[in-house]
Amino acid sequence: MSIQPIEAAELLSLNRFNVDEDEPHIVLDKDICNSKCRLKPCLFVCPAALYKLDKNGEISFDYAGCLECGTCRVVCKEKGIVKWEYPRGSFGVSYRQG
Amino acid sequence: MERALGLPPDLKEGGYTVSEEDKFDVIIIGAGPAGIACAYTLAKEGRNVLVIERGDTAGSKNVTGGRFYTYALDLVEPGLWKEAALERKVTREQIMMMAGDRSVKIDYSDPSFSGEGEMPQSFTILRAVFDQWFASKAEEQGAIIACGIKVDGLIGENGRITGVRAGGDEMFADLVIAADGVNSMIAREAGLVPELSGETIGVGVKEIIELPAKTIEERFGLKPGEGASLLILGCTEGIHGGGFLYTNNESVSLGCVFTPSEAGEHGKQVHDIFQELKMHPAIYPLIEGGKTVEYGAHLVREEGFRGIPKKLYRDGLIVIGEAAGFVMNIGYTIRGIDLAIVSGVAAARAVISGKEPGPAYLEELKKINLLPSMKAVDGYFDLLEIPRMYAAYPKVASGIFNSMYSVNSEVPSGMIKRIRGVLKENGISLWSLIKDGIRGYRSI
Repeated sequence: MSIQPIEAAELLSLNRFNVDEDEPHIVLDKDICNSKCRLKPCLFVCPAALYKLDKNGEISFDYAGCLECGTCRVVCKEKGIVKWEYPRGSFGVSYRQG
Repeated sequence: MERALGLPPDLKEGGYTVSEEDKFDVIIIGAGPAGIACAYTLAKEGRNVLVIERGDTAGSKNVTGGRFYTYALDLVEPGLWKEAALERKVTREQIMMMAGDRSVKIDYSDPSFSGEGEMPQSFTILRAVFDQWFASKAEEQGAIIACGIKVDGLIGENGRITGVRAGGDEMFADLVIAADGVNSMIAREAGLVPELSGETIGVGVKEIIELPAKTIEERFGLKPGEGASLLILGCTEGIHGGGFLYTNNESVSLGCVFTPSEAGEHGKQVHDIFQELKMHPAIYPLIEGGKTVEYGAHLVREEGFRGIPKKLYRDGLIVIGEAAGFVMNIGYTIRGIDLAIVSGVAAARAVISGKEPGPAYLEELKKINLLPSMKAVDGYFDLLEIPRMYAAYPKVASGIFNSMYSVNSEVPSGMIKRIRGVLKENGISLWSLIKDGIRGYRSI
């Protein structure tokens, strides 16, 4: 494979993840996101592009693939992110290079 | 306690076992460079140290640009750098300004940076590799590094921090040290570190692109073992930030940093802007044929001295590393890992001194030159705040070079007239140029 633009999802597939299926480390109150938050900066700043709009224009989010940078938490002004913690010990992304 | 920590048998040796009643001298949260440097220094002095790391291994949650300034490791242990898991010693310092397809590159080559047989000034670095090596060195000194455990919170008693809660267990120490990085949930919970602001941090994204060592050396004009650092302005669509490329042994780290508050209003994914950087005609030939093997992202504090929390300690708790805001970005050099290590050493020396740890830590931070160094370059933040730095000025630079090197049948106009024309094309008045000039002069 030569150098080319790569979709975020494909880039994430190169990383090692141990997803915590029992306990999401980021939880949204989508009512807040959809009704109160006009700008939705999370759509643009998440390096993993995990925040998306569905066909109804409503926010969708999957915590699997999170790189744990914390950017969404900082830009979330309307507090639609009701929980942001690091994943439980040994879960989440494991960088081999870093 | 042994069960709670899940310590493998080889970590239990060293003359003592951890029982329910036992209390550590120091518990350190986070096995990054700050935490490990602190643990190493304390363990070497015979202190009973526990480092708790949420990643499966030290470094597995950490991302750097990156490069590392070597002097810091010498403060931990003279000569330790010789066996360190580092990449290439940096002898080429490059700055690029991009505007559309055009680019201007300054390339400073200095063989003396290789150390000429002594200690090289700086190395490129991969954090998952380096941190794990560094942690193993602290273990050799007798520190216990417990990985795969997340600290959930602090334990307090009459206003004094006495220990940590982790996975339903409690662990106690005379002193807790928060070395939990840029987001530092722990130091924030303790009321020491204020909430991060989207204006004063950067979000960095990075691909590790594998290439043969020989290809890297040919493309960047390097001898074996030598490396290049390239910082890029004008690749962020005007968003406050920039690109970077560091040559590792057999890969390059290519990335881009954005200010979240601006990126959030830009209407385009930071990932997409970064992907375009890969295809830029000045970057693509450097990475052509390479294979991306990892995609990372991390926050970085950008505020420098003025971003250091007002209080770096309270009774029973000290904050070190990036949690304490110890990052220096002056545009052409960016430092963080070295400062983290220096602050870890300062904290350890404060403990060893036997004085009240908090105030002694502040004294050590001054003595070891960390606070004075950060204060000396505090003004650079104002310089880097100039919005024209990220789009207009790179365009002016390439416009001037374009006019210098363009030849046709017309009578060439004078240089001053051409520069004025370029400024006008980019909407920069003489007045704003003078204002930025004064601001720049005052800043540095």
